[in-house]
Amino acid sequence: MDTARARGASYADARIVHRREESLTVKTGRLEAAAAGETEGIGIRVIVDGAWGFAATHRLTPGDIDATAARAVRIARASATAIRRPIVLDDRPPAHGTYETPVAEDPFAVALEEKVALLVEADVAMRGAARLAFTEATFAAQRERKVFAATDGSLTDQTITHVGAAIEANAVAGDDHQRRSYPDAGGAWGAAGFEFIRGLDLVGHAARMATEAETLLTAPACPSGSATIILDPSQLYLQVHESCGHPTELDRVFGTEASYAGTSFLTTDKLESGFRYGSDLVTIVADATAAGGLGTFGWDDEGVAAQAVPLVRDGIFSGYLSSRETAPRIGRRSGGAMRADGWNRIPLIRMTNVSLMPVPGMNLDEIVADTDDGLYLASNRSWSIDDRRLNFQFATEIAWEVKGGKLGRMLKNPTYAGITPEFWRSCDAIGDERSWRMLGTPNCGKGEPGQVGHVGHGVSGARFRGVQVGVRGT
Amino acid sequence: MSAAEGISLAEEVLRLAGAAGATDAEAVVLANDSSLTRFANNEIHQNVAETDISVRLRFVAGKRQGVATSGRTDDESLRRLVDTAAAIARSSAELEDGVALPEGDGSLTGEYPSAHAASTASADPERRAEGARAVIAAADEVMATASGSFSTAIERTTIANSRGIRADGERTKAHILTVMMGPDGGTGYAEACAVDVDSMDPPSVGREAAERTRASTSPVATEPGDYPVVLLEYAVVDVLDMLGYLGFSALAVEEGRSFVEVGKRVGSPLVTIRDDGADPAGLPMAYDYEGARKTAVELVAGGVCGGVVYDAATAARVGRTTTGHGLPAPNPWGPFPLNMQLLAGDTPCDELIGGLDRGLLVTRFHYTNPVQPKRAVVTGMTRDGTFLVEGGRIVGPVRNLRYTQSYVDALAGVSAVGSDRKCLVGFLGAIVVPAVRIDSWTFTSATEH
Repeated sequence: MDTARARGASYADARIVHRREESLTVKTGRLEAAAAGETEGIGIRVIVDGAWGFAATHRLTPGDIDATAARAVRIARASATAIRRPIVLDDRPPAHGTYETPVAEDPFAVALEEKVALLVEADVAMRGAARLAFTEATFAAQRERKVFAATDGSLTDQTITHVGAAIEANAVAGDDHQRRSYPDAGGAWGAAGFEFIRGLDLVGHAARMATEAETLLTAPACPSGSATIILDPSQLYLQVHESCGHPTELDRVFGTEASYAGTSFLTTDKLESGFRYGSDLVTIVADATAAGGLGTFGWDDEGVAAQAVPLVRDGIFSGYLSSRETAPRIGRRSGGAMRADGWNRIPLIRMTNVSLMPVPGMNLDEIVADTDDGLYLASNRSWSIDDRRLNFQFATEIAWEVKGGKLGRMLKNPTYAGITPEFWRSCDAIGDERSWRMLGTPNCGKGEPGQVGHVGHGVSGARFRGVQVGVRGT
Repeated sequence: MSAAEGISLAEEVLRLAGAAGATDAEAVVLANDSSLTRFANNEIHQNVAETDISVRLRFVAGKRQGVATSGRTDDESLRRLVDTAAAIARSSAELEDGVALPEGDGSLTGEYPSAHAASTASADPERRAEGARAVIAAADEVMATASGSFSTAIERTTIANSRGIRADGERTKAHILTVMMGPDGGTGYAEACAVDVDSMDPPSVGREAAERTRASTSPVATEPGDYPVVLLEYAVVDVLDMLGYLGFSALAVEEGRSFVEVGKRVGSPLVTIRDDGADPAGLPMAYDYEGARKTAVELVAGGVCGGVVYDAATAARVGRTTTGHGLPAPNPWGPFPLNMQLLAGDTPCDELIGGLDRGLLVTRFHYTNPVQPKRAVVTGMTRDGTFLVEGGRIVGPVRNLRYTQSYVDALAGVSAVGSDRKCLVGFLGAIVVPAVRIDSWTFTSATEH
């Protein structure tokens, strides 16, 4: 930072990040992939003449770090040749302190043999229960230690641990390929230790996944038309992610992600006018302090303390995921959502834990019992949404008919589609805290060069009326 | 890092692995220096550079293997790398069919000279800023806002294994793209990718996007349904990406989830899709991440399924040799074609459009995802310039549409292939494609823009 300042930077911050990872994949009885990795480096971000520059290196000698700071300054000067509005940051207080993910059982200390044995046991249980084309059981862990410092005197030291695991059964017949996965498509992830993995009981759910995948091959197809749908948490979390999380990213709103991910329909006039995003039941909060979420931390990657930010309150659009640069443009302070994918990437506005809050009254089973005629959809299989986050279409792995308050026939190839605010306004039931689970995804893509984010979503299941289902293509 | 340093580092890792008891080993050293200047709202808002290295070791102990990677290259870190990979291997279950590594004779496989350009390797932030300013100037001309990126990168890939594989080379890549948004709903897109940054023309990229933005002003709603389409090159990239991802891998065939059956007709006779790492029209690549020399593979020849791509493991399981399409170990996803191309036809782009009685011209697709993977049924949105064509003429812009369409069926409906091609970036690497005309494409809903 001294080098950057000496060369003309009005602001600089630096992150030294060490990341350790481990991943295991058992595929159809064979340990297809077992890997461990570590990476370490420093990323230096500067403002010079009102413009950003960033440079990063894996070389951590003083000379290399100085050279990298100088490179960041040179890059910022090049940026300054094409800016129209100098960077202004909010005035957050300097950040100081340490944060560590609570971990009961260190996932890196558990013997590899034990982790492999767990996956193999689940894999065997799947293949023993049904005729499958292939199976997969995965485990992954990541631990990141990052030290952040800024020219305003900030200094934080955080150690964040994430773990995840999944099983997947695949059945194929002719052109038909059916998949069932547990706990959620892509696996359940949490900020925790190996105790989280033990709690998933992969083996106990293996046979059901296998038989459901096989049964889906001969199941009737999801009907087409307008229907009442109930989304299981394993699908609802991704609905929240795509149709609320992304459009509330303030950088998208300001057009700075237009060339890759797109923009947002939630323009700032909608914040001022009290835009109705959903029904009165819908309250969505971005909470970086929530226990166990992939978006839980002490400070974001520009030193803003973790906090809970309401995005939708009682159905009314009320806030954004924001940064020190974007928040002042709407007269607010940063909500602390700047996160970087390692030492060699700049922080971007990312989701923290964007959660649909539970509504007292009915748990998910009671919502099913309260539904005369509808569909229950679980486990995401496919997702797509337009560049302003309005028109979406999702496919799930499985659906069941709901008749007279009970789950009925299994249906294959379920899809549903809609327009974001119309969809959320049709929500007439949300599960209470008894059904609420913190889920998340470890593969949220954004930015150029590409970054992969770990983000959390708490959901309890919800019901929506008059939704288009069974989209047919060719 | 020089070639000698890369090989020396890889061989040192092999030596340490051998000393630790490896029966076989593979070392992959990836070193890169990459920079990206990003712009939005007609100004540069992000501007980054990184220098990085990773050393990856596949440690084989009999029929077991373990893989470890490290971003550190000091002696202690390399020893820890070997210890970690060895521990994983020894803790792993035996693979029924063992560990397959490609064989070499100890001679060095180098990169194609056409894969590297000194101008790209030396491109500085001032040059990227100049390119960004040129695109922004084109946007200003049509009262549009430009966003996009201009990147340059140099990457050295060094691979050595205990079976005599030695491969080393340096590749460069320059890539520029822009999305423009006009004041009345018009949007446009343009992109260019090349080994040599000197061969790219940022002002023309800007002008192409600006013209499309101007032409797509005030789009009107159109009914979803089945339409004949002309897909510009930017849209065709997604078709090849998805087909490569879902079908052209030997592992997808092995697992029964691919549409590919060798000898089966899936496309019109006009469709030939090839993977060719030697073709300078794309971003050449002489060897894969197992160090095996890439061979050209005819994936679809005149509409008929040809071969699929193999890595060492999938090849060994069917008793053949790798085609040189392996990814870094461990790789549960299988081999992928990273140098795909759709062969050009003989129809100029304006005649592709001229052949549409009533249909849609699509610039590009957005957020595509498979709905039914084995038939390659994909859903996604149109984006950045969708136009109604009547009587062979563009009559005006339309709002974006969602489609749900089998990309395999789309191959069968190809009625004309463009004579010009672009090198573009997909998620499976650089892809060289022309525009195409397709008899029918199923649009399933509309949006408001």
